[in-house]
Amino acid sequence: MSSVDTTAEVHDEHHDDDHHDHGEFIAHHFDTPEQQYDSGKLGIWVFLVTEVLFFSGLFCAYVLLRYHQPEVFVAASEHLDKVLGGINTIVLLFSSLTMAWAVRAAQLGQNRFASRLILITMVCAAVFLGVKAVEYSHKWDLNIYVASHYNYIEGYHPDAPSEGLAGALGVSQSLINLCVLPAILLVGFLVAGVIYRVRESQAMSALYLAMAVMMGGFFLGAVGGQIYQNAAESAAAHGGDHGHDAAAGEHAEEAAVTGPDTTSKYPPPIGMFFSIYYIMTGLHAFHVIGGMVALSWLYYRCTRNHFRPDYYGPVDFVGLYWHLVDLIWIYLFPLLYLIN
Amino acid sequence: MNEHEHAHDSHGDHGDLPRYNHPVSVKLLLTVFFCLVGLTILTVVVNGFGLGQLDIWAALLIASVKAAIVCLFFMHMFWEKGFNIIAFISSLFFVTLFIGLTLMDTRAYRDSQDKFPLDKRPEPTVVRDANS
Repeated sequence: MSSVDTTAEVHDEHHDDDHHDHGEFIAHHFDTPEQQYDSGKLGIWVFLVTEVLFFSGLFCAYVLLRYHQPEVFVAASEHLDKVLGGINTIVLLFSSLTMAWAVRAAQLGQNRFASRLILITMVCAAVFLGVKAVEYSHKWDLNIYVASHYNYIEGYHPDAPSEGLAGALGVSQSLINLCVLPAILLVGFLVAGVIYRVRESQAMSALYLAMAVMMGGFFLGAVGGQIYQNAAESAAAHGGDHGHDAAAGEHAEEAAVTGPDTTSKYPPPIGMFFSIYYIMTGLHAFHVIGGMVALSWLYYRCTRNHFRPDYYGPVDFVGLYWHLVDLIWIYLFPLLYLIN
Repeated sequence: MNEHEHAHDSHGDHGDLPRYNHPVSVKLLLTVFFCLVGLTILTVVVNGFGLGQLDIWAALLIASVKAAIVCLFFMHMFWEKGFNIIAFISSLFFVTLFIGLTLMDTRAYRDSQDKFPLDKRPEPTVVRDANS
């Protein structure tokens, strides 16, 4: 902290006489830090505009599909878990809070505090993806894929995995497959962190260890999501024994809603919903991954004490991007998970 | 200038910051966060009521309120320059045009699409197979 304060004081002394002396981060084609900041701000807003328009294509496709076949959306939404979706919404909202707080910290030149908040944001992003991995793998186990490969049969329950790691842990093979890359990254970041620590490169070491913590967040989300999923499934199995009549009544109602096509060779194209579901949530997940990379970069710059009251643009701009990712999820959650 | 001065005053004593720097108070950030969590719970609860046709509109209204407060306070739009606000809002305008015109178009052809004669349907491309 003390080093930050001294930089700020030094900067204050030069404030009035020479703007070009402002610091190492003002590019030569800008006259003042304010001009540089405003240009960056306009740039990121224009980028956000392109992002909104980019996603609007998918929202438009969603509206068209739902307009023509609302019954498909009603039938499909029973495969989506509102609790997992809700938890993920809260996780993303919390990451938005810590991000906005990190921007405030950077604006006040509190680099150390900003780095802590950015690390929390990174972990939340990874927790989100971990829960998402549980949701995806559960659907894949039930043969719920995009429309061309959708093959879910009413009442189908996959056999419990018996072989290998999946059998040992009692989780699905799809989830294990989704965890391979994060596990490799976790180990890789840890090793890199230790190597840089040995070579006494503190900033790089801190960066890699933070990224390892971030990947730990993925497993936190995956384990938590899987525990919930197992509990929900066993509850459903028990509920099925006791309230069988009620369940049967519900199914009869559903059949009435989806029409007589359920058993014919023209079943309602429920896979269509999952095409748009996988594309929208998948593209959103890619944005989360992109955000994680950008946040890691911010973390590195915070540990190098780069930010101060007249230079915090990068934190602000990545923050705006991160809030947009949150905004898109704010719309995706009710549109995909909350359909009656 | 007056707007900037005012923004500073409303955020406590950060008078020594550059004029483009408006830190949002921690209290406001936490208030916004808890409002967002409350609205998330509200949207799930309202969904449980089973309002029928109104469901989607209620959900979209709540989502839009959430989006608005994220934009205003987390994204600092409340203190943003007018030009940036116009740039962003214009994107929403074009999204509305895009989706609105597409819906109008598809409504016009609804009958020929949704009431396609059943006996003229093509063979299904996905055959359900219980064994796979």
